[in-house]
Amino acid sequence: MIITNSIANFGRYCMFMRRVFALPDRWRVFGKRVLDEVVKLGVDSIPLVLIISVFIGAVIAIQMQLNISSPLIPAYSVGLATRDIVLLEFSNSILCLILAGKVGSNIASEIGTMRVTEQIDALEIMGVNSANYLVMPKIIAFVCFMPVLGVLCIATSFIGGWLVAQFTDIITVSRYVYGLQALFQEWYVWYGLIKSLVFAFIIASVASFFGYYVKGGALDVGRASTNGVVSSSILILLFDVILTKLLLQ
Amino acid sequence: MIEVKNITKSFDGSTVLHDVSATFETGKTNLIIGQSGSGKTVMLKSLVGLMRPEQGEILFDGRDIMSMGAAEVKELRKEIGMLFQGSALFDSETVLGNVMFPLIMFTQMSREEMLERAHFCIGRVNLKGAENKFPSEISGGMQKRVAIARAIALNPRYLFCDEPNSGLDPRTSILIDELLHDITHEYNITTVINTHDMNSVLGIGENIIFINKGYREWVGDMSQIYTTSNQALNEFVFATELFQQVRRYVVANGRRIQ
Repeated sequence: MIITNSIANFGRYCMFMRRVFALPDRWRVFGKRVLDEVVKLGVDSIPLVLIISVFIGAVIAIQMQLNISSPLIPAYSVGLATRDIVLLEFSNSILCLILAGKVGSNIASEIGTMRVTEQIDALEIMGVNSANYLVMPKIIAFVCFMPVLGVLCIATSFIGGWLVAQFTDIITVSRYVYGLQALFQEWYVWYGLIKSLVFAFIIASVASFFGYYVKGGALDVGRASTNGVVSSSILILLFDVILTKLLLQ
Repeated sequence: MIEVKNITKSFDGSTVLHDVSATFETGKTNLIIGQSGSGKTVMLKSLVGLMRPEQGEILFDGRDIMSMGAAEVKELRKEIGMLFQGSALFDSETVLGNVMFPLIMFTQMSREEMLERAHFCIGRVNLKGAENKFPSEISGGMQKRVAIARAIALNPRYLFCDEPNSGLDPRTSILIDELLHDITHEYNITTVINTHDMNSVLGIGENIIFINKGYREWVGDMSQIYTTSNQALNEFVFATELFQQVRRYVVANGRRIQ
């Protein structure tokens, strides 16, 4: 039952994506909508990303110090490990899991509300491809802005670790900064960015899908929002494994 | 003119519309009436192409929407205006933005021409001064009027209204009815109104189709409805004491039951 439902949902999702990625009716309107969505989904997420990143960066630095406090391991390893954890996993997978909650529920509830209040029907009656008009700007905007959020996350996490070095005595600032620069692999940055682009697409498209096909009332919009967040989170974890295998090995 | 020929629509094996045929005339307010669950919303949604009946024909001045491709349906929809039960205004747009929306999407007008047209439509529904308000800042009746202004912005040939009076007080309902009636005659539109408001039935019902349990039971106009012998229609229209008295008065003054 679950398998057949999943296959049916995947089929509907593919058909939905086919409608989404059509040529817009009006390019100027499309451009304006993309900019609006960049502000709503991207710029408005910056405060959340900054707050979470600075604290997680600090926590990672403290935990690394606790776990690798050994005379055999150089002290700068705290900075090195903090950097690699942030680049490899936190700034993309964990950040996107957090954003799936904020952005995914926002998208699913907005589109779901438009469905139950017949605004999507109104668009269809006018002859507008509602899936394309509503969803494509969200996907384009969020995917394009995701690298900005990722880079901000990386920088702020490093600052969080630096604050720990600055205001506690567990590691000196110079060793932490040296660790951040030591044995740097540029590919880790690209790997993180590629993953974050894929995850951004999953969040925006899956949440839109669940919102678009809501039937019923307010309760169903809430349910669709939850389903959108849960499904996109599971897909993010699944693709995390697949992309890690493909890109790091 | 819209002609509906023998349409049937089912959901999960349960037939909601049984072989329904009807004609909706141009320049008249055509009403579809019936109890809740009788199938009138399904019929309206089938007419505009939001639902697809299993069989039958729906002809818009001879053009069958059922046999059209997606591109043709899209073109036809530019000739259709629709007023939804809940108004379906775009929350993120102002009154002016809502009325301008179809003009922005489907015309090559300059911004000045679009503004002129939008202001004309807003004035036509007596909403001057509310242009910069958002839907959440205006009353239900005003929202309905904005939806009418949006529906007529592109000069539609066909106007569909799904329960335009639901949730409105009687006075506002009459204003909306009068507005729809006037617009229909002014622009010679084929207007189809889905309602169970008896004031609308007896006030603007120039062509009434009564749907009962998915079957078309009766066709006539508002003057004929007083004297109908159709029991289901009588029970539906004259359900309240007030309307029964109105009927008795009309019959007592010389009109015969058919």
